[in-house]
Amino acid sequence: MKTLSFTVNGAATQVEVEDHEYLAEVLRNRLGLTGTKIGCNEAECGICTVLVNGTPVVSCIYPALRAEGASVETIEGLAEGEKLHPLQEAFVEGGAPQCGYCIPGVIMTAKGLIDTNPDPTDHDIKVALKDTLCRCAGYSFITHAIQSAAKQIREGEKQNHLPALPETLAPLNVIGRPFPRPDAVLKVTGKALYSDDFNFPGMLHARTLRAKYPHARILKIDTAKAKALPGVHAVLTADDIPGEKNHGLVIQDWPALAVDKVRYIGDPVAIVAADTREIASAALALIEVEYEPLPVVSDPVQAHQPDAPLVMESGNLLKHIKVRKGDMDQGFAEADVILEETFHTPAYDHAFLEPECSIGRIDEDGRFEIIVGSQIPYQDRSQVARCLGVSDDQVRIKGALIGGGFGGKEDIAGQIHVALLTKVTGRPVKMLYDRHESLIFHPKRHATQITVKVGAKTDGTLTAVETILYGDSGAYASLGEKVMTRATTHSAGPYEVQNVKADCYAMYTNNPPAGAFRGFGVLQSAFAVESVMDMLAERLGIDPVELRRKNLHRVGTVTNTGQTLRESVGLGRCLELVSAEVEKRKEATQPASKNKRRAWGLAVGYKNTGLGGGAPDKSSAEVELYHDGTVQVRTSAAEIGQGLVGVVAMAAAEELGMKYEDVRVLLSDTDLTPDGGPTTASRQTFVTGNAARMAARTLRNAIEATLSELYDQPPQNIRFEEGLARVNGHSLPMSEVAQIFKREGREPKATYEYWAPKTQPLGTGGDMHFAFSYAAQAAEVEVDLDTGEVKVLQMVAAHDIGRAINPLALQGQIEGGMVMGLGHAMTEEFIVEDGIVFTDVLARYKMPSIKHAPPITSFIVEDAASTGPYGAKGVGEIASIPTLAAISNAVYNACGVRLHKLPVDQDSLLRALKSGNRTG
Amino acid sequence: MPLWEHYHRPSTVDQAIDNLAHYAGRARILAGGTDLLLEMQQGRTSPVAAVVDITQIQEIRAIEEADGYILIGAGVTHTAITHSALLTQKATSLVESCGVIGGPQVRNVATLGGNVAHALPAGDGTLSLVALAAEAEVAGPQGRAWRPIDSLYVGPGKSALNHTAEMITRFRLKPHAAGEGSAFKRIMRPQGVALPILGLGVWVNVVDGLIAATRIALGPAGPRPLRAAQAEAFLAGKAFSTELLPAVAEQVLADAKLRTSPHRATAEYRTELILPLLARALPLAVRRATTGHVTPEGIGEG
Repeated sequence: MKTLSFTVNGAATQVEVEDHEYLAEVLRNRLGLTGTKIGCNEAECGICTVLVNGTPVVSCIYPALRAEGASVETIEGLAEGEKLHPLQEAFVEGGAPQCGYCIPGVIMTAKGLIDTNPDPTDHDIKVALKDTLCRCAGYSFITHAIQSAAKQIREGEKQNHLPALPETLAPLNVIGRPFPRPDAVLKVTGKALYSDDFNFPGMLHARTLRAKYPHARILKIDTAKAKALPGVHAVLTADDIPGEKNHGLVIQDWPALAVDKVRYIGDPVAIVAADTREIASAALALIEVEYEPLPVVSDPVQAHQPDAPLVMESGNLLKHIKVRKGDMDQGFAEADVILEETFHTPAYDHAFLEPECSIGRIDEDGRFEIIVGSQIPYQDRSQVARCLGVSDDQVRIKGALIGGGFGGKEDIAGQIHVALLTKVTGRPVKMLYDRHESLIFHPKRHATQITVKVGAKTDGTLTAVETILYGDSGAYASLGEKVMTRATTHSAGPYEVQNVKADCYAMYTNNPPAGAFRGFGVLQSAFAVESVMDMLAERLGIDPVELRRKNLHRVGTVTNTGQTLRESVGLGRCLELVSAEVEKRKEATQPASKNKRRAWGLAVGYKNTGLGGGAPDKSSAEVELYHDGTVQVRTSAAEIGQGLVGVVAMAAAEELGMKYEDVRVLLSDTDLTPDGGPTTASRQTFVTGNAARMAARTLRNAIEATLSELYDQPPQNIRFEEGLARVNGHSLPMSEVAQIFKREGREPKATYEYWAPKTQPLGTGGDMHFAFSYAAQAAEVEVDLDTGEVKVLQMVAAHDIGRAINPLALQGQIEGGMVMGLGHAMTEEFIVEDGIVFTDVLARYKMPSIKHAPPITSFIVEDAASTGPYGAKGVGEIASIPTLAAISNAVYNACGVRLHKLPVDQDSLLRALKSGNRTG
Repeated sequence: MPLWEHYHRPSTVDQAIDNLAHYAGRARILAGGTDLLLEMQQGRTSPVAAVVDITQIQEIRAIEEADGYILIGAGVTHTAITHSALLTQKATSLVESCGVIGGPQVRNVATLGGNVAHALPAGDGTLSLVALAAEAEVAGPQGRAWRPIDSLYVGPGKSALNHTAEMITRFRLKPHAAGEGSAFKRIMRPQGVALPILGLGVWVNVVDGLIAATRIALGPAGPRPLRAAQAEAFLAGKAFSTELLPAVAEQVLADAKLRTSPHRATAEYRTELILPLLARALPLAVRRATTGHVTPEGIGEG
């Protein structure tokens, strides 16, 4: 141990540290400054940025002792008491934080910039923040906030930090207004607590031994040496699981610890709890496992071969999914043109910047408490309870803030493991994954092979669409069947086609499992079908916009699955808005240089809101009025950055005539919040938004009834506005209303269980979904004909999301979704070779940075869903869906190379250009 | 196991060499750490008993012009290099190459010495140093000696330095005189490969409208940074025109050993890139040489 003497946020500080510690560790673990986050531990993501003597550095690989004598600034040092720094203020009011995990690093990087450059241009910001990533991709709001804050500092005058937003419907009292997130101040000050920010006295640190082979029989596990290591408190294997050995959201096929076989390289074989993370790591190396390697199944087409090795004893086919409509022979016979093309999409990683972390402890009542950032708290609870062999009520899931999810925090990660280790040791146990472990372990987006065969008449009418899909579901089911069902039902695009046939084979392989990921299979099929639509348009000599216009979903359309669309189909409007804007922009486009070609490409998409397919889709929320006149909304629905926390607060405020600021929200606690169901399928605004709204309305009705009796007035004479209940000339503050309830011995609260409209399973006709969101997007790209380099210059988009509840949060989701789609098209590819993950560090898996984020022109279409809250439907997923094909179509239009796989590969693109074979 | 057990922060070069000697092969020099620490963390380099942090040694943190040379301390950060007016004017390609390495946080700590010691044949800073015919001063138990940059490269990621006994202390190169100019260009891909597909550093001396001399450094085009000697000879004595570029590219290809790197680039693609890279760098260097006007390109845009 050495004494490190330095200045931290202006205060002289001395702290004992080990020689090998990094600055980030010292700040977080020894000084309790957990505002500095660690996203990758490899100097890639930049979110651990702090200032050392005014210079931004990544603290995760900055040796702590190097800071001797230096002045270090962290996010905690920015605000003066309650008064936020202008950057923090601008980030809050400008909607920059979403999940918030990157925000401390982003703000510190920005501070380093504006301290030396008081008036930064867009370019200056792109250069300075190039390596400080935001997976929610709020890059345009971040840029705006930095410039707005810089202006405030320069001019010494409060600025309006709200960025320009697309036009939306006239607001109600609260709904439709651009409020900051309720958790925004916590997120910009570093006070926001994510799982790894919690610590308990006596807490042990756990690590997981993962498989050595992607497919092998386990012959023997010997943990004796690991157990004997001083500081080790427990080493557990599958034999130590008292209850069910498996978990799984749909099919329980995923061993919590490998039993007799490992099926992918991330399979957990044993878990260790020790005094320190280092000791736990050392113990892993002492566990002896004998394997018999087995042949590896590395792709879904191979998995479907009759002689393929078996990943699952029951066979490699997870599910054959079928869509049937009309008569294919007739459909293709009617066609004047038939096209058939096959596309491939790779696996993708969510790359949420907060790696998975769970903490288990035994609470004062002897129950298990798990602190975790999970998208489905109640299912975590039952999955943990099943493996422990206890009843659900013996487990409490207490949600921490979540540093991004995107579908990747639906399955179990360390929750069961910390419960088991806590049970055995009686001590609190933290299981934190590093980035490497996160990358190899958690379920990915399905890699797919998709063949689209389309028939059309010369006038562009689609007569038949046949698709064959293979989905790589990896080693375990996860949500694979559901994801590939969505890929399949959406595989003919948002078009009315009389004759449709789709067959999908969701296959087990020895790759990391594939599960939920924003877009849920539809990104992949949209890339395929929207590429084919452009190819068809060219073949027919019809404008691609016109071809889509002719066939697209409208009210009255019968979908591929036999659902008649009765309302809220805003796709036509989206298409018109985008195509008109693109035409306008084409005129303004500067021609590129002689070796570069610029062009636009367009695509459309649709995505269901809600679970659909006959699954019961419900959510509960509770609303309680407090003696201080504030209201709390409670639901277990998860806030993963998407903005639900604001949506439910706004709904309650609207219904109770209160100020948004007077509504607090408690989420994701299975003891204190009613079940909001999974945060998936763009469903939470719809279902939990409705639940909160109805709970608030129920409370309002109760207040009306009470006051109506008290003041002898009919309920309709009671009004709620400006935080007051007005009755017969009296204006009662809500605090007084709460007291009236108390006096009467009643609780001023209401719970509402909202059931979404009933849906039908695939294959039975009728409404498979209760709402669809729609989008049209266009991208302008520039292709360098000498090098094959491709840049996305700008994008235009229109999204039909029913109703803009909060235009600021909505735009954050739209831009973030589009930039993620851009990442899938341009920068990201999760590579697995014979079951071995190549992209096992963030340096090999590049998510888009601020320099990739193009200017986006966004239009909002509000074609209301009658059952949605205030007409709203989902937005989380639709924004990523058309982006891939829009970019790919633009690349074709620019240089004539048709991409059949993603991401865009400049190497093969250039070779295609040079060889004249225009297929990439 | 910790990656290192002991941390030393000497304030002189001699102390640093002594520190290394003390651990007899079990200690390494630590500069910015943005390569070494990650290599150790990811298991590509073994943990050590000690790291010797040289960032406190003032002697190796200066950029100065003396005795007809520009001297750059090995501990100078990439950020300091890109901000140097002297280097911008008189060692332009070095500024351009250091300006595209990593992101700003990495450039704020990563050093030129570390870039060279890491010995990647496509190291951006390295290619410019080769094009500028720089030398490195290496300190060791036997004292200090100047060595040509290319002599420090044994193979990809393999340095001729003895990492556990020696350190680079300074670089020296001749500043651009009248009629001289340089430029650096590279091609990256946006997917997960931190290393360039191909980089090119060029120095030219134009006298009376004719190219008196050039140095063209390319990487990765072999196990070490490549000097395109045939292309340099081809250009000598010629009046530069862009029409020469295809022929120059042919000459470069004659020397280059381009290969396929999985997930990074095919040899075929790299072959195609020679001409566009030359077209970006060579005329720019010639223009700088003839006009004396220098505006570095691409700083921070890597």
